[in-house]
Amino acid sequence: MASITASSSPSEYRLPLRQRLAVRGIDGVTLLVLPAFLFLLAVFVYPFIYGLVLSFTPKEGGLFGNYQKFFSDPFLYDTILTTLWLAVPVTIISIAIAIPVALRVRLLKHQRLLTTILVLPVTLGTVLVAEGLLNYLGPQGWFSRTLIQFGMIDRPLKLTNNYWGVFASLIITGFPFTFLLTLSYVSGIDPALEQAAATHGASSWQRFRHVMLPLLVPGLAIAFCLSFVQAFAVFPSAVLLGAPAGPTRVISIAAYQAAFEQYDYSMASAIAMIMAAVQLLIVVAILVIRNMFYRGSTAGGKG
Amino acid sequence: MLLASSPFREIRLDQMSRAFGAHNALKSVSLSIRKGEFIALLGPSGCGKSTALNCIAGLLATTGGGIFIDDKRIDTLKPEDRGFGMVFQNYALFPHMTVRQNIGFGLKMRKVAKAEIDKRVEEALNLVRLQGQGHKLPGQLSGGQQQRVAIARAIVIEPPLVLMDEPLSNLDAKLRLEMRAEIRRIHNQLGATTIYVTHDQDEALSLADRVVVLRDGEIRQVGVPSDLYERPDHLDVAEFMGYRNRLTGKVVAKEGDRATVTVGNATLTGTARSSLKPGDTAVIAARADDVVAGEKSAQTVEAVVETIEYRGREFVGTARTAGGLELVFHAGQTAELGSSIWLSVDPARALAFAA
Repeated sequence: MASITASSSPSEYRLPLRQRLAVRGIDGVTLLVLPAFLFLLAVFVYPFIYGLVLSFTPKEGGLFGNYQKFFSDPFLYDTILTTLWLAVPVTIISIAIAIPVALRVRLLKHQRLLTTILVLPVTLGTVLVAEGLLNYLGPQGWFSRTLIQFGMIDRPLKLTNNYWGVFASLIITGFPFTFLLTLSYVSGIDPALEQAAATHGASSWQRFRHVMLPLLVPGLAIAFCLSFVQAFAVFPSAVLLGAPAGPTRVISIAAYQAAFEQYDYSMASAIAMIMAAVQLLIVVAILVIRNMFYRGSTAGGKG
Repeated sequence: MLLASSPFREIRLDQMSRAFGAHNALKSVSLSIRKGEFIALLGPSGCGKSTALNCIAGLLATTGGGIFIDDKRIDTLKPEDRGFGMVFQNYALFPHMTVRQNIGFGLKMRKVAKAEIDKRVEEALNLVRLQGQGHKLPGQLSGGQQQRVAIARAIVIEPPLVLMDEPLSNLDAKLRLEMRAEIRRIHNQLGATTIYVTHDQDEALSLADRVVVLRDGEIRQVGVPSDLYERPDHLDVAEFMGYRNRLTGKVVAKEGDRATVTVGNATLTGTARSSLKPGDTAVIAARADDVVAGEKSAQTVEAVVETIEYRGREFVGTARTAGGLELVFHAGQTAELGSSIWLSVDPARALAFAA
């Protein structure tokens, strides 16, 4: 065994800079984040600050003129509720459908095929989906005509150019995204946990209620936030399939009108800021709720 | 006392089969297990032992045959309706529940009263010696402790049958020995009936009342551990029981149950485990302990030393015969690598099988 002397304490050797940085996890590869950082600065942080400043320089009134105007005009502030009234139910329903489907698909052999089919609506884009829905759900569309043919209704159902048209379109374009996220969380749960629950006497509902759901909550919260933000920014389908002057006058339409119909960029910025604040509020609320649940590993033991 | 409430006489597997497409993972397995027995299912990986356990648990549907508790058919029941306890290889503890909640899970699912659950969970915690750990999450426990929680969760529901799927394979060697003794202690203390799946013959032999050796989805031999160890019925069972040396030759003589076989220039004798007659091809099987290096004689095989390891009291080495066969042997002193040695097999300990 080599002799150990007290004189060679570590402090006597000065480590080279490269090694000291490496200890903190910084090396040459770390520089690769630089382009992403600059990109973020240029296309996100700068426009955000620019818009924030712009929103405080209204055409008329003081510093908060735009905000005062927004929250005193029901035609404007109602858009928040209108948008929430679309985005929240759409998100909840997407997740509610995604969970049972994901629980089943997890066990399928041809999972890839199904996920590919589900991803298609995402690639089609909202405009094409809107066009399809107009043809399918419109007053002369197949859906109403089929129901009339079978004598289930007398007059065509009104499913487009109102709330339900936008609702359907948001579900169709948003569901695949929600589903794929949910599927990844469901697949991340050790299948042995469900087997263990079954052998110890839990029925399929009890297995879901006591084992799967509590472990899924953190993932579902993230899925909810992302799907919600996506639905909250709804614009094309609200215009194409909705009633943009009335029941589906969502907040992005208000911002669009301020910017490109009234040419009041300051007001449009203020609306964009309000939109961001509402989203942030909901997302933070969901994440706070998420923190009250178990968030650790979803494996059944040390692997 | 736990487990008082499951009166039955036996659990019977009647030609239980399971096919995956064209592959038969289990071929007509029939076995009768008495109440209170500790049964080990032993075999190499892919032999169907885990398939058998999952079929009994109901996690895998059988494709033929039946499973009975006394006269009640249970293979048509869902796993949650069979009422067995199961310990999984990776423990499968619910990570979001405390130890106490994990153990009480089966009772809660059965809608047992809260006070009763608390009492029985406490008993189970004592039984697996985890007093004072009940409030922790599984992630805060060591592997051995997690294992105990998994066992407690399985037995607290007082199941007629406890199923264990290689429960010790994720533990280190020292803990494995400790837990092995612990599992047997709990089994005895409860008077439980246990089916224990393992690929480790030491574990099976030391734990079980009866060992079932599976190979290619079939039962090769069932017997008490000493029977299997000393009198394996088949060459592959022998191989699994540590008969690592196998020498193929011709039977030249048969006296009583002793068969004499010529292997190359050597004449070896062993106890016949198959019906053999002079002229048959036979395999002499022997454990490393029973193959020793010594003086050249008519009963020895020449081989070249390839490896030699010090094992504390003695040396264990491998040597290769002129025919290319590898032999494992014991020696009192070291041998030089590449040197020729003469190996003899203790006739009282060697077995002869039909090849």
